[in-house]
Amino acid sequence: MKFYEFEAKQLLRKHGIPLVRGEVAETAKAAKKIAAEIDGPVILKAQVIAPGLTATSVREASDPAEAKAAAAELLEIDDGGRKPKGVLVEARPSGPTYSLSFTYDGTAKLPVIAGSDLAGKIDDIGDEHPNRIVRRHFSALFPFSDYIAKELVRSMGFGGGDLNRMTRIVSGLARLFLKYDLADLDITSLVKLDDGSFVLRDVEADLEIEARHRQRPMLDELGFAKDDLRQVREPTEFELEGARIDAEDPRGIISPIAEFDGNIGLVIGAGGGSLTLTDAVRKHGGRPANYAAIGGNPSVDKARRLTKLVLSKPGVDKVAVMSNVVSNTRADLVARGVIKAIVEMGYEPADKILIFRVPGAWEADAAKILKKYGIEYCDRTVSISEAARRAVEKAG
Amino acid sequence: MAVIVHKDFQFIVQGITGREALNFTRECLEYGSKIIGGVTPGKGGREVYGVSVYDTVREITERERVDGTVITVPLAFAPDAAFEAIDAGIKEIVIITEGIPRKDASAVVEYAALRGARVIGPNCLGVITPDVCRFGSLGGPAVDCRKAFKPGVVGVMSRSGGMTTEICNALTLSGLGVSTAISIGGDPVIGSTYADLIPLFEADEDTRAVVVYSEPGGTAEAELARWTQENNSRLPIVAFVAGRFMDEMPGMSFGHAGTVVNKKVDSPADKMRRMREAGISVAEEIGDIPDLVRERIGN
Amino acid sequence: MGMFIRVDVDNSIVAKTPGLAEKLVEVCPVKIFALGKKAGAVAVVEENVDECTLCDLCMQACPQGIRVIKLYE
Repeated sequence: MKFYEFEAKQLLRKHGIPLVRGEVAETAKAAKKIAAEIDGPVILKAQVIAPGLTATSVREASDPAEAKAAAAELLEIDDGGRKPKGVLVEARPSGPTYSLSFTYDGTAKLPVIAGSDLAGKIDDIGDEHPNRIVRRHFSALFPFSDYIAKELVRSMGFGGGDLNRMTRIVSGLARLFLKYDLADLDITSLVKLDDGSFVLRDVEADLEIEARHRQRPMLDELGFAKDDLRQVREPTEFELEGARIDAEDPRGIISPIAEFDGNIGLVIGAGGGSLTLTDAVRKHGGRPANYAAIGGNPSVDKARRLTKLVLSKPGVDKVAVMSNVVSNTRADLVARGVIKAIVEMGYEPADKILIFRVPGAWEADAAKILKKYGIEYCDRTVSISEAARRAVEKAG
Repeated sequence: MAVIVHKDFQFIVQGITGREALNFTRECLEYGSKIIGGVTPGKGGREVYGVSVYDTVREITERERVDGTVITVPLAFAPDAAFEAIDAGIKEIVIITEGIPRKDASAVVEYAALRGARVIGPNCLGVITPDVCRFGSLGGPAVDCRKAFKPGVVGVMSRSGGMTTEICNALTLSGLGVSTAISIGGDPVIGSTYADLIPLFEADEDTRAVVVYSEPGGTAEAELARWTQENNSRLPIVAFVAGRFMDEMPGMSFGHAGTVVNKKVDSPADKMRRMREAGISVAEEIGDIPDLVRERIGN
Repeated sequence: MGMFIRVDVDNSIVAKTPGLAEKLVEVCPVKIFALGKKAGAVAVVEENVDECTLCDLCMQACPQGIRVIKLYE
């Protein structure tokens, strides 16, 4: 879950990390005022979530009037259906510039700090100048010790007073990274000022989505709304309802749910099966109306509500019920839920189900249920690809 | 031969009285697995399907050899359950629980490494060596499980529990069968990656080829490609990469928690390129996997 | 009434064993049983009946007094 840059900086500032001067403005007029206070050239950054806006969301201005004009334009950017959450107006000091990145290394299974004497995203630097990056793993099990930061900073080439100043910054950031369950923290530019001190200029931070409940106090402090998941685009009513269905019943999952613009309703699972099935439907020329990921053995009621949601979507006439060969999710419980939904909506199950391909756990019971309602049961000899092809063909 | 498990493998289930654990405990017992105890704090003294329930892990490890544990306790208690198992001396730890933040997963895995234990998962379904031992919830009820997993020559590793069974089912239908299948988990930080586990298959006489299922997100495929290039493995590898549609939707998250395309290395296209360059065959469809395996092992 | 499952309870048998009603309530993973109005009896929670996972734990606890019937067979 992405933080807006001003939020990330608010969090860092609170914990004594040195940052460039600046404030977030909600109007062009406020931006002008902040620029006047900074009294020098400023940079303006629209606070956005959607990817691919890097080039258009940042502007430079040499005086307050210019800042006001730039802010007015930046506030109109389309951020995946949202307005920007203000414009961050900041001083732009120059000097030797560095970058730092904190993330988890899936190979070592440990958190890792990367540092470079170049500015930018560590991944981009790694593409062109892999030898300009140094790395140091640390631990999520043991408390962070300053020497780890010192070793990294030393290997970045720092010595003397710079070494101690940078060590303080890096250890402070590492502790915040752990404390606040961040998944990624990128300091894409960190500048050494003329007086020898260091300040962070550009910051990107991502919260571990699974930790959002236990990080609620911090999120509340930042004014992060409870249902704000910082998707790359504003969630649709369909997606919000899907999330609600998932949250209201802890038995199994049906999400993530996403809305697409096609006509084939998908009641599909599980995590990997849904990815494979969505690829397969598209490969056979079908247009999915949605994404769903049934898993963890959802209750009958949850499968029922998901089916109703998908079948109620405008433009969707029929659903394809498909999954990989299931282990813990039960084919019979899915069948019960899907049929119950269709009957409750006043339709004949056989008219609304394009295909039912959920082989595996309790498939014999699922087959009996389907037979009673006149639906053909596809067994495990029908491949995922073939099931998708049949669904696409039948949907027309 | 088998990987991780063996004929006399004895394990316990932590969280045994939960809805899902009840299901797979019964399924494992019917399959012939040796579950020698279960743990649910506050429910010690009960019994489920003939398996005694205890309040603590040590009550079991003090009286019997415990080779492994399957952890399926609610999210908030999962790291604690893992620490308890590690401290009780259990060496093979399958964590089924989904949604554990990566910080906690990393801490558990680091602690396990210090104590010489191995973690499979989190967010996985476990391990199965067909007709030898089922350690976790792969395959569903014994009768369905036997249909999908027949003994054979292909080792399987998969980031998706469901797709583990799907792929094994395809290998079984084709007559190749499965040596051992491991659902490694779908989270960004997991205890055992493809590259960690492939040496076990390398050492397993029954395994003649390995199939991996992969998804967008993470560095596991790049790591496997590197391993393949650096080690003169006797095993041909066939991979399938799901979620290609996600290449068109950067930043969107689908499927497992680890499944998101933010960095270049996350994208299916990049994964396929790296693996092909390392000599790994990449299947276009699940259904193509058996033929590719046959091609590679000359059968 | 469930669409797929029916649970028949003979409370005259359940009530014979002290504590059995409580055990049935506890043992069901999907809360199909609630304590009945009469002492020692259980009531069936109809809205949960279709959630039955066919785990058989209730029938194992009271083989004579509980029957779970699949309406699709």
